[in-house]
Amino acid sequence: MNATQSLTARTGNLFHRYANPGRFLRMGAKLQPWLTWPALALSAAGIVCGLFFSPADWQQGDSVRIMYVHVPTAWLASSGYMALAVCSLLSLVWRHPLADLAAVEIGPVGAAITAVCLATGSLWGKPMWGTWWVWDARLTSVLVLFFLYLGHIALIRAFDEPQRGYRAAAILGLAGAIDLPIIKFSVQWWNTLHQPDSITVTGAPTMSTSMLWPLGLTTLGFTLGFGAIVLARLRASVMESRIRTILAASRGRQSAQTNPQTDSAAV
Amino acid sequence: MKFQIPSLIMAILERDLRLALRHGADTLGAVLFFILAGALFPLALGPSPELLRRMAPGIVWVCALLAALLPLDRLFGSELEDGSLDQLLMTGLPSPLIALAKMIAHWLTTGVPLLLAAGPLAIMLGMPAGSMVVLLTGLLLGTLILSLIGGMAASVVLGARRGGVLLPLLVLPLTTPALIFGAAALDAAQTGLSWGPDLELLGAFLAAAIPLCPLAAGAGLRAAVE
Repeated sequence: MNATQSLTARTGNLFHRYANPGRFLRMGAKLQPWLTWPALALSAAGIVCGLFFSPADWQQGDSVRIMYVHVPTAWLASSGYMALAVCSLLSLVWRHPLADLAAVEIGPVGAAITAVCLATGSLWGKPMWGTWWVWDARLTSVLVLFFLYLGHIALIRAFDEPQRGYRAAAILGLAGAIDLPIIKFSVQWWNTLHQPDSITVTGAPTMSTSMLWPLGLTTLGFTLGFGAIVLARLRASVMESRIRTILAASRGRQSAQTNPQTDSAAV
Repeated sequence: MKFQIPSLIMAILERDLRLALRHGADTLGAVLFFILAGALFPLALGPSPELLRRMAPGIVWVCALLAALLPLDRLFGSELEDGSLDQLLMTGLPSPLIALAKMIAHWLTTGVPLLLAAGPLAIMLGMPAGSMVVLLTGLLLGTLILSLIGGMAASVVLGARRGGVLLPLLVLPLTTPALIFGAAALDAAQTGLSWGPDLELLGAFLAAAIPLCPLAAGAGLRAAVE
């Protein structure tokens, strides 16, 4: 075997290593506590900091504290869909079995977190803007994202044959990714009620450090929590399919014992 | 044997148009729904001309969007059931081209009748004749977008347990930009503002949908017959 071949074999191996359910379960069991406990600790620390130790806003008063939940959920709503789109790509191009299962499990978690984002935004909007809801570009595009999640959830479960659902939902997942840049840039393209981004990659944040700290803690905590929930659901679904296979096999063996003719027919 | 791609596409189009003509009631159903749904608004909102003129752009666009949804679940459904979809995919024609041909057929049998019916409905709702050009240009682009996105969604739900129920859930979120720009152009025309930019954005959306939707729909069709 020459060098190029072995390199291809090695990278292919790296990529498809966790397609093996047993290996994934072993790795997942090791990874799970490292996600769950930091997620709980960081979220709790961030919320305590945000509620009790960060200053109230000079204009918004104490209602600014909704931010410590609203901003992380908004970030996770988009990132969750991004993860879904990546899974869709992996599923369509490489037929990675774990990507299919991950897409099934990310959907409900992402939809729930988008709902929390919309709800907290609405609660924040009432005291600040004087209305629960406005049809501005940012709010509308996040609402569309929520419906895209719901469509994905419904589609991936709508087929009797799971593989068909995975393929169909992957196509939809990629098509829906068009909404992500619209959400990101909606506050710049349109002059809306929703404020523009306070935290950017390049510029300095337009926010006091005393508020940035709790926000960073909850964002990190919620993100790890998202990962922990998805990983737990993924492990549960891999185990479930294993149990189903074992049950089906044992049922097949039982029927083969009681009725030896069908055994030879089935083989 | 070498196949002529354009002639095969023409054959698909001809077949679909002939089917649409033979089942006239099915084809007219969407247009009738469009006019009926539009006629419900004056009954529900009251016949005040001021209010109706203000709401006419939105009513026409929403009704067109919903009416274009109606024939979608039969777009590939009957072909999948009677096996002609397998035959089509076996002709060697790329599946995105088959999907594109079916989308054009959907536009010719649903989009064009909707365009023809939109004028009378808009006049009944009291829309000024001056904004008719904007309405029809916008709807021309909009119905094309609806056929492309609708065709993509229809190919994706092929073989699903409740495909007909799923379709609106998949199509409507993706078509919201078309609705926003189309109705905004019409609104601008009515209030005397510049309506060009909105129509250009609608055109840009269409330009993005023309290559992407048939590609996605082709993948959906291949997955459906696997």
